[in-house]
Amino acid sequence: MDLAIVWFCVIALFWAGYLFLEGFDFGVGMLLPVLGRDNTERRVMINTIGPVWDGNEVWVIVAGGAMFAAFPAWYAGLFSSAYLPLLVVLLALIGRGVAFEYRGKVDTERWRRTWDRVIVLGSWLPPLGIGLIISTTVLGLPLDADGNRVGSAFEAVRWDTLLGAVAIVGFSIVHGAAFLALKTDGELRHRARRLAVRILPVALAPLLALVVLVQVREGEAWTVAPVVVVFLAAAVAWWRLAKGREGQAFASLGVAIVGAAVALFGALYPDVLPSTGDPANSLTVSNASSSPYTLQVMTWVAAFGAPAVLVYQGWTYWVFRKRISTHHIPKVHVPR
Amino acid sequence: MEVLELARWQFGITTVYHFLMVPLTIGLSILVAGMQTAWVRTGNERYLKMTKFWGKLLLVNFAMGVVTGIVQEFQFGMNWSAYSRFVGDVFGAPLAMEGLVAFFVESTFLGLWIFGWDRLSKRVHLACVWAFSLATVASAYFILAANSWMQHPVGVEFVDGKPTMNSIWAVLTNNTALAAIPHTIAGTFSVAAAFLVGIAAWRLWRKRKEADEDRKVWRSSLKLGTWVGVVAFGVLAITGDMQGKLMFEQQPMKMAAAEALCHTEKPASFSILAVGDVANADCESVKTFTVPALLSFLAHNDFSTEVKGVEDLVGQYQEQYGTNYPDDPALGELAGKPIDYVPNLPVTYWGFRTMIGFGALSAGIGVLALWLTRRDRIPNTKWFPRMTLLGIALPFIANSAGWIFTEMGRQPFVVVPNPTGVDGVWMFTAQAVSNVTTGEVWTSLISLTLLYAVLGVVEVFLMVKYVRGGIEGVMPPKKPDRDDGGDEGKSDDDALAFAY
Ligand code: HDD
Ligand code: HEM
Ligand code: HEM
Repeated sequence: MDLAIVWFCVIALFWAGYLFLEGFDFGVGMLLPVLGRDNTERRVMINTIGPVWDGNEVWVIVAGGAMFAAFPAWYAGLFSSAYLPLLVVLLALIGRGVAFEYRGKVDTERWRRTWDRVIVLGSWLPPLGIGLIISTTVLGLPLDADGNRVGSAFEAVRWDTLLGAVAIVGFSIVHGAAFLALKTDGELRHRARRLAVRILPVALAPLLALVVLVQVREGEAWTVAPVVVVFLAAAVAWWRLAKGREGQAFASLGVAIVGAAVALFGALYPDVLPSTGDPANSLTVSNASSSPYTLQVMTWVAAFGAPAVLVYQGWTYWVFRKRISTHHIPKVHVPR
Repeated sequence: MEVLELARWQFGITTVYHFLMVPLTIGLSILVAGMQTAWVRTGNERYLKMTKFWGKLLLVNFAMGVVTGIVQEFQFGMNWSAYSRFVGDVFGAPLAMEGLVAFFVESTFLGLWIFGWDRLSKRVHLACVWAFSLATVASAYFILAANSWMQHPVGVEFVDGKPTMNSIWAVLTNNTALAAIPHTIAGTFSVAAAFLVGIAAWRLWRKRKEADEDRKVWRSSLKLGTWVGVVAFGVLAITGDMQGKLMFEQQPMKMAAAEALCHTEKPASFSILAVGDVANADCESVKTFTVPALLSFLAHNDFSTEVKGVEDLVGQYQEQYGTNYPDDPALGELAGKPIDYVPNLPVTYWGFRTMIGFGALSAGIGVLALWLTRRDRIPNTKWFPRMTLLGIALPFIANSAGWIFTEMGRQPFVVVPNPTGVDGVWMFTAQAVSNVTTGEVWTSLISLTLLYAVLGVVEVFLMVKYVRGGIEGVMPPKKPDRDDGGDEGKSDDDALAFAY
């Protein structure tokens, strides 16, 4: 098989992994002021993702790095075109990462409240920007013959890409609520589950709308299947949440987002960044890819590297598998 | 300003800033792993205290290293898209490998280390800190291999107007990289060493009159810092000398610029300090203190080697790589203009000297501090802690100066032509930028700089707080706060040993 196609799939997989993993930790951050009624509860929430958020974030770095190595023209074209949305994502991720680490390091209400705001903002903005960027690459942009954006700095901001932005935000909230229901105990757990059940239909609607829109515009016959999977998985998630089966619900949401990624990237193929102007300028799997040698090298690296990552990241989730509740949270201990 | 200048400023600011966190993370993480190993092997409480204290400062710094790194990863696409398209075939590979091989390990095992104190056995927990700290070195390896390729492109052929990789092995064992990697890693140890010395000396001095049960902790830290600093400087000098020799062959213009050497000299003398305007092409009267023939030795291990000066090299470069930029509208103002092959001389000249001088000074301060505290002595004067604390800044500045010298010394190229390499594999910085608006680059330049400035203040504030707090600040009281009987045998209800 053509290695460029393999790498297209690998990159789709990295994005799916990213949306799945960081999706729930974004959700936890978004819900901080909604579900965390006092400081201890907020600390419980943050500690559910404490050991893993950084590892989750590396998925986006690797997705970007893999695009650079396997499809330099895609990396260059997409990230220079979606310059400002990407900048917002970066600024938000900077604040957020620091906030987790620094929030508990000074024992005053004001300090904590400030960083809580940064966490909340830093958890809402990135899924918005990432959703916009992914839907831009799927839905396309006007491009010139060099693969550069034609038009203004806001060319990537349209109603259809904004739908993509809202889709990822909505998914992240539900996914985060389900994760909290799965990882906490006591009152917080039930509050999270109730919230997830209540908001799920509304929150997942944009994602469902997005996959249908993309299917109608660019879909292939076979991509109907993943679209159907997304709908089914969303329904199953809702049902299992209502029954209090948090683990199954969380897994179904995972199936939904992976299905969505398959549907979106499947419809995108064989393009990687379609030109909405002259179709001859579209970047495709074959005209944007690296040389066969480079792809071969990267394939070896990924063939050994990626499974290892899954194993040790999986092990981390197993080590920290216990539910946390308010009585696990130690007293604040910082230098006076 | 044009996109080119803005993008250069942005890259310079964000990368130098990233490289303030990076060396402390790399150097300190390995030292902390060593401290924890000492604790596991000896059971001596002193080493546990060292691990906890320095480990905490490491975490405060690490968070900033991570978040500033993410910007780096995407900046090539945002600001340097023409560059990314041109070199992606070879440059992307080490970058992607860094993510897959290093960053995943780093972030995952750091999480396990921070939160795993009571969840993992002592040995597994120790293995986690080693996995994390060795991964930081691995990440340095890959990114420096990428950077070295820009200084000295190897392992490629020129196909369809682009460099195409034909040997990843050549890229990963580039002789430029094999010299730059130990040099940079030693530079990170130099930073960590000064950090240990500065803080430990201050803590000793502050409690010089009272009985301080933690005095041993600070003495061990000071000693460790001094030795690491001295050895690191030795390695820096040796590897730096190797780099100098490679530079002489691979980037003769950078070599001349480092010395602000106008005319070819044989034998060439090494300038230690200059008075006057080094940028002036007529630099007859500029140099004052020189060591005869030393530059010849640095360049080629031989006191009589001829070292080419800037003036001669310009002619040679013009012949080989052209006198004017192509008349391409994408080059903006520079289209069709003559190419200026001379890097910014004051920056390269002083950058080179700052790197060496400040690095040496910092190692010297360590030795002085150790000597002043020999046999349980602690100096009573105020200038002792002032000296060691200010000394912390020196290797940071030396590192930044080293990078600024390396990166600005290769201008006007972003990919420097390999003198014995493949034709066509080079790129001018002016050709590398994205086709974006100045508004976009201004926005990111200003917002990132402001955010970095604010976060820098916060990081320093927290560091100072933890340094003042000492050991008590990082070790919670022995008895758990909630004591409902049953000390032995942990139950699920125990409070976590670590929580945000
Ligand atoms: C010599 C070492 C070195 C150099 C030259 C650079 N970095 Fe760096 N970088 C590291 C050494 C490092 C590190 C030690 O591995 C860091 C610092 C703190 C940390 O968390 O990891 C890191 C973090 C870090 C991260 C976040 C990783 C995470 O989430 O865990 C990214 C994406 C980058 N870097 C990317 C870059 C890029 C694209 C660079 C080039 C312009 C760059 N770094 C220069
Ligand atoms: C692998 C790592 C690195 C890569 C790939 C890289 C690449 C680049 C690129 C593409 C530019 C822009 C073109 C230019 O203006 O020259 C640049 C400039 C620059 N880089 Fe690096 N760089 C790396 C590491 C670093 C580090 C670690 C530092 C310092 C801490 C640094 C300091 C600079 C500076 C100061 C400039 C601006 C130079 C100027 O504009 O004249 N670089 N580098
Ligand atoms: C006798 C001492 C030293 C010598 C002879 C030396 C030599 C060099 C040379 C020749 C380069 C440029 C390599 C190139 O561009 O091809 C360089 C780069 C660099 N130096 Fe030094 N250096 C010395 C000390 C130091 C010290 C003390 C530090 C920091 C604490 C340091 C940090 C760096 C860094 C970060 C770079 C840029 C990265 C690289 O190219 O490796 N150096 N050094």
